[in-house]
This record gives sequence, C-alpha cells and structure tokens, in this order.
Amino acid sequence: MKKLVLATAALALSAGLAWSAAHEKTIRMGTEGAYPPWNFINDAGEVDGFERELGDELCKRAELTCEWVTNEWDSIIPNLVSGNYDVIIAGMSITDERDEVIDFTQNYTQPDPTLYVALSMDADVEGGVIAAQTGTIQAAHIAESNATLVEFATPEETIAAVRNGEADAVFADGSFLLPIADEDDTLMVLDQKVLLGGGVGMGVRESDGELRATFDAAIQSMKDDGSLNELITKWEIGETF
Amino acid sequence: MSCWQTIQDYGLRAVGIGERLLPKEDFTLCQQFTLIGSGMIWNIYFGVLALLAGFFFATALALGKGSRNIWLRKSSEWFIFLFRGSPLFVQFFFGYFLFLSLKQVFPIFTPFTAAWLGALVVLFLNTSAYTGEIFYGALRSIPKGDVESADAYGFSGWPRFKKIVWPTMLRLAWPAYTNEAIFLFHATALVFFSGFPAWQQRGDALYYANYFADKTFNPFVPYPILAGYFIVLTVVVISVFGLANRRLNRHLPQEARKKLKLKVNVIR
Amino acid sequence: MFSYCADPSTLSGLTWLSCYLTTGKHMAFYLSFGTVLLLLAITAPTALFFGYLGATAARSVVAPIRWIGKTYIAIVRGVPDIAFFLFFVIALDQAIEWSRHKILCPEWAESVRQGNDFVVCDAAKMPLGNAPQWIHETYGFFLAVFTFAIVFGAFAANVLFGAMRAVPRAQMETAEAYGMSRRQAFRRIMVPQMWVYALPGLGNLWMVLIKATPLLFLLGVEDIVYWAREMGGSKTTKFTDYPHGDWRMWYFLALLVFYLAFTRVSEIFLERTMTRLTKGQATTGGEAQRKAAA
Repeated sequence: MKKLVLATAALALSAGLAWSAAHEKTIRMGTEGAYPPWNFINDAGEVDGFERELGDELCKRAELTCEWVTNEWDSIIPNLVSGNYDVIIAGMSITDERDEVIDFTQNYTQPDPTLYVALSMDADVEGGVIAAQTGTIQAAHIAESNATLVEFATPEETIAAVRNGEADAVFADGSFLLPIADEDDTLMVLDQKVLLGGGVGMGVRESDGELRATFDAAIQSMKDDGSLNELITKWEIGETF
Repeated sequence: MSCWQTIQDYGLRAVGIGERLLPKEDFTLCQQFTLIGSGMIWNIYFGVLALLAGFFFATALALGKGSRNIWLRKSSEWFIFLFRGSPLFVQFFFGYFLFLSLKQVFPIFTPFTAAWLGALVVLFLNTSAYTGEIFYGALRSIPKGDVESADAYGFSGWPRFKKIVWPTMLRLAWPAYTNEAIFLFHATALVFFSGFPAWQQRGDALYYANYFADKTFNPFVPYPILAGYFIVLTVVVISVFGLANRRLNRHLPQEARKKLKLKVNVIR
Repeated sequence: MFSYCADPSTLSGLTWLSCYLTTGKHMAFYLSFGTVLLLLAITAPTALFFGYLGATAARSVVAPIRWIGKTYIAIVRGVPDIAFFLFFVIALDQAIEWSRHKILCPEWAESVRQGNDFVVCDAAKMPLGNAPQWIHETYGFFLAVFTFAIVFGAFAANVLFGAMRAVPRAQMETAEAYGMSRRQAFRRIMVPQMWVYALPGLGNLWMVLIKATPLLFLLGVEDIVYWAREMGGSKTTKFTDYPHGDWRMWYFLALLVFYLAFTRVSEIFLERTMTRLTKGQATTGGEAQRKAAA
C-alpha cells in the first residue's frame, strides 16, 4: 500500500492534474439491484433499499464520493477483483469460501435466518422438493440435505415454483421471503429456521486494506450511535445489534 | 483423491449416477474437466435428438411452405416465421410457461416441465423451423431439368419425391444444414441457463462450468474448458456432416463435388 | 410523469396504467430498446470488417497469416457465444488495463496480480476511477460491441471466405489476362462481385445477431431482457407504488412482438437489397431479371 501511495505521489508531481484526480477518486459501489429489501431498483429506476441508505450514510461518514453500479450476481465477485468497482454491497453473507478470495468488513447485520415458504404448513421440508436460487448458500445447504433440490436462475422463479406446485417449498433469506408471504394469503412461512453464514458484510479487494479499514470504522460508528439499528428496523432486515 | 477416482465419482453425475454431492473443495482441474464433460452428455442428448426429429418435421414444413394448399402453406409460413423470428431465450420462457399451465389441466403434461422433455420439445420446434426454411430454399433451387427428366422416366408422386426431389434437396441444403446443426448444439447451452430448472444439480456443461466459476470465483478456468469441449463437439459434427455430404454427392464427377463445397452456408 | 400520478394507490384502470407505464424505470426500459438497436447498428459493420479481415487472412499466400485467419474462424465458430461472453469481456478489460499500465506506469514495482486481485495503477484504469457513471456505461457498451463483433466476425469471415471462392474462376482469369496483379484483381474484380454470393449468408447472420442480443445482459449492459425480467417479477407494496403479480409473461410478450417485427422489417429490406445486387450479375437470378426486362 505504501508503494501505491508513493507511486501516486510520484505521478502527482509529474502531472499536476493527476493529483486532484487521485484525491477525488470516486468509490464505486457494486450491487445486484434485485433483492428487496436489501437492494432493488425503485420506480424511478434508481438503486434503493436498506443497503442504498446504509451505503450512502457510510460514505458520508467516511467522507468519500460514492457511486452505485449494478452487476449480475453470478459475476459480482470476478468483477470486483478485476477492479470494475471497489465495494460489493449486495446482501452478501460472509462465508469462508468467499473470504478466501475477497475481504469482508465487519458484518452490518445479524445472520439472517433462512426460512421455508410453502403452500401449506405441513409441507415436507426433510424429503420434499425444495426450490432455491442457483449458486446461493441456500442451494448448497439443500443439496446436502435429504430433500430434492430444484434450482432456478432468479429468486422470482423460486417463488413461482411454489405457487404452481413444482416445488413443495422455497428456501431463502427471511427478509426476502417475509414481505412476499405477507401479501399473498396462499403462501405461509414454516416454523423451521436455519442460520446460514455469518451475517452480511461489504466485500472489498484483498489488496484494498485501507478502504476496508475506512468502512469498518464507519460501520462501527453507526453501530455505536444506534443509527444502524434504526435502519435495520426501518427496512425489517432482521434482528438489531 | 486420484483423478481416476474423480472420473468414477463424477463422470456420470449429470445423469444422477455417482457421488451425490458436488465437490466442495480443491476444485482441481481434473474435477472441472470431469464434471463439465459429464454435463456435455445433456448437450449431446438435446442436440442429437432435436436434430434427428427436427429433420423429418423440417421436410414436412418445407413441403408445406411450397404447397399449393393455402392452409398448409400459411400455417407452415407462420410457424417458421414465429420460431425464426424470436430469440430462443423467449421461446424457452414461453415453452416452460405453457407446459406448466397445460400440466394443471392435463396431468399427462407433467414430464414436459422437466428439461429432458420440455426443453427438447422447444429445441426440436426451433431447429425444425430453421431447417424447414433451409430445405424450402433448396427445394426452390432444384434444377428444372432434374424434375422434367423424372417426369419423362415415368416417375410421379411418392417415388418421384423419394428418388429425385428429396435427395437433390438434401444435397443442395447440406452446407447450410451443417451450420444449423452447429448452431443447435451451441443453443443447448441455454437450456439450464435461462429456461428450465436444474433438478438435484443435474445440469448441462454450462451449468457445471457456472458452478465452478461460482465456487472458485475464477471464470478463466471453467469457461475455457467448456469452450474446448464445444470446439471438439463442433469438429465432430462437421466431420459427420462431411461424410454424409460425400455420400450425397458421390454420383457427381470429382470436379463438381469440390465445387459444391464452395457454396458454404447459403442460408442458415 | 402526469400530475395525477402523485398517489397511484387511489388510481385504477387506464389512468393507473398510464402512470405505471411512464415511471422512470419504464423509461429506462424503453431506452434500452434504443441501446439494442444502437448496438446492432455499430456491431454489424464492425463484425463485417472483422469478417473481411478474417476471410482475407484465411486466403493469404503467407502461411502464418493464413493460419491465424483459419484458427480465428475455426475456434470462435466452435464455441457457443454464451460461453464466450461469460469470460471474454473480463479478459478483454484486463488486457486493455494491463497494456495501459505497462505504458503509463513503468515505475510500478509490484506485480499486477496480487493474489486473486488484478491491480493496476490509477492512471491505467479504464475508464479512470473518477469518471462519471455514463463514461463507465459507454465503455461497457463498447466492450460488448467489440465482443459481439469478434464472435460474429468469425461467422462473417466464413461466409465471405465461401463467397470469394464462389466468384467464377473465369472472371479472375480474365482479370489476369488484362494484366492485373493478384492484388488488383482481388480489389477490382473479386470484392465487388462477391457480395451477391455473400448476401444470403450475411443476411442470415444478421438475423442470428438480432436474436443474440438477449445475451447482452451477460455482458453487463442493461438491455431489454434485463428490464423485462426485473419489471415483470411480482412487486409488493413495500417497495413500489405500483404493486402487481408475476407479469413476466406480458413483458416477454412485448419482447416477442418487438423481435418478430424487427425480423420482418429486416427480411423485407434484405430481399430488396438482393434484387438490387443481383442486377447485371452472372447468376441465375441476374439472368431471370434480364429476361423479365426484355
């Protein structure tokens, strides 16, 4: 990191413009934009949701200029390490697998209980057909259980699969399922809860230790003054700290 | 774990034989090659069956489009236009949706919501439309003399079609048809990617390539492996079609045979 | 958009629909149709150019150039476009940044690959880190155009290669008899005549290209399929003023109509061009035109 600073300094000396450029560097925040209430595209076509508010507040506290970009979930990590944006803030649970490739800030939510939603309360989640989104930790969990896993490309299709009887239940984050089950009388939330992952954090490149420390401090300050808890309650993300 | 062991465990994973759980660590090259290769079973299955069934339906469509009966002609034209004019992506979506609705009314449609049958039907209809258009174009360019000579020899109806018209049509259509076959095999990669759900992690080559890219967060290994498999598949398709082409043109003098090859893919 | 849209929950019927269809999100959806058309308009000539280069290389008398041309055609044609799109854009982006890095930051001592990370100096970033969002999007768009052009250039090269060989040998021999060099004969005789043989194949390629645009969302461009999937999904009252159920079918129906109409227009246009190109050519079509005129 020291060398990076030196290199930028050297460059700044040679070209006067470059200094201000390096100083005003915008932090690009990568998100998915398809996972309410965490992040979604609102009616105006902008990124909105819990993480939008959280991210804007964090940037304000860290005195950074931030900009939002959306990216497909499948390639969200490859694009981060390749440098297309600087931070992932997309409801991404902290797991060991991911931690080997990128670094996480401290978690800004408690682990979100994963829930089952089905058409009847006595749906067979042990040995039945369970729908999950391809490539999620939920899909991996079902694959290891005795239930039959059926994977869909988008979360929307997993819900549709339960409605039309293709699957007995859908297995996904509670904060995602609850608002949907609330508005649809035919869907019910089962009692079983599973805790997966270690809460949600922001992902940064391993070589970007400084940025990670900056955001860590900002998250800590929001935890300390209770403003994070307010946001969590407002968006119904789960338990507060 | 040795590579041979991996092949035994995962070589047939795509059809549900072998180890139940996908690899969770290491993600060695051997694992990637084996599982992605295992997924190719589905790509080949979809491609070969859709191509075989589509061949016959396409012949019917081409004849229908050239028919004097207005109902036959119009329905063939519309079928071809609908399937040639829309992306496969959209066709898969509507196919899956339609089979789901049919299933609610007629239980006989239950297997159609699974990829092995539902996606096969969509691919079959899709390739029939493209091939039908190719065959129709070939049908129109059969030399007039050939048909006239057939008439003079007393051929008519079914024998004339079987012995004269059909072989000539195939001969003319073959280079373009080869291209269509290549495109169809490539299209099979879309089945699990955007069309049909994958049951118990049994998917095609792209599904497993995606799995590894997702686990290792490195797209530069699994996707090139997938590409390599497809290049091999394409080479095989081209050589098989080349053999058939030689047989179709075996009556022509040596010079003319070469010339035919020059008319590469007139239409897809 | 309209003044009565302030509180959509009180609206119903057509007024609700008129508000719903004019949200900022829908505007982005309509705009993405333009993105797709623009992509096609830029990609088609670029791919044709790549195809021309590829075909010329594959015909070259210099062996290494010929090998390059033939390998390009064989490899890219052999790979499904979807597999290519999934890794090629990131690779291309890294290649661009790496070469800029080598030129702009020669004093940089650390490796570009740090563990899993790909790190270049700030000046080598493409686009620069402080560039506004629209520059990033434009850059992404051109990466997509380039990727599409490479893939379809290989198919175009294959078509043009066939078309060049389909130009009657006698035409080239006559050119040689007139004392033209190989290059002159190629430019003056072969290239003008090959188009009529290439057009059916190229026309088809254009049709295939149109139908490949739904893959754009893989390349990070927010295209019509991205928006259709996003907006068609069911929406709950919590996150939108316009809640609705699963409407993906209607959005996909709109896409279907768009693609069918676009295909039809292209077909008509291609037929006309073919008639014009056939004029005066030594083909059966040209012969038929002459007879009809006489």
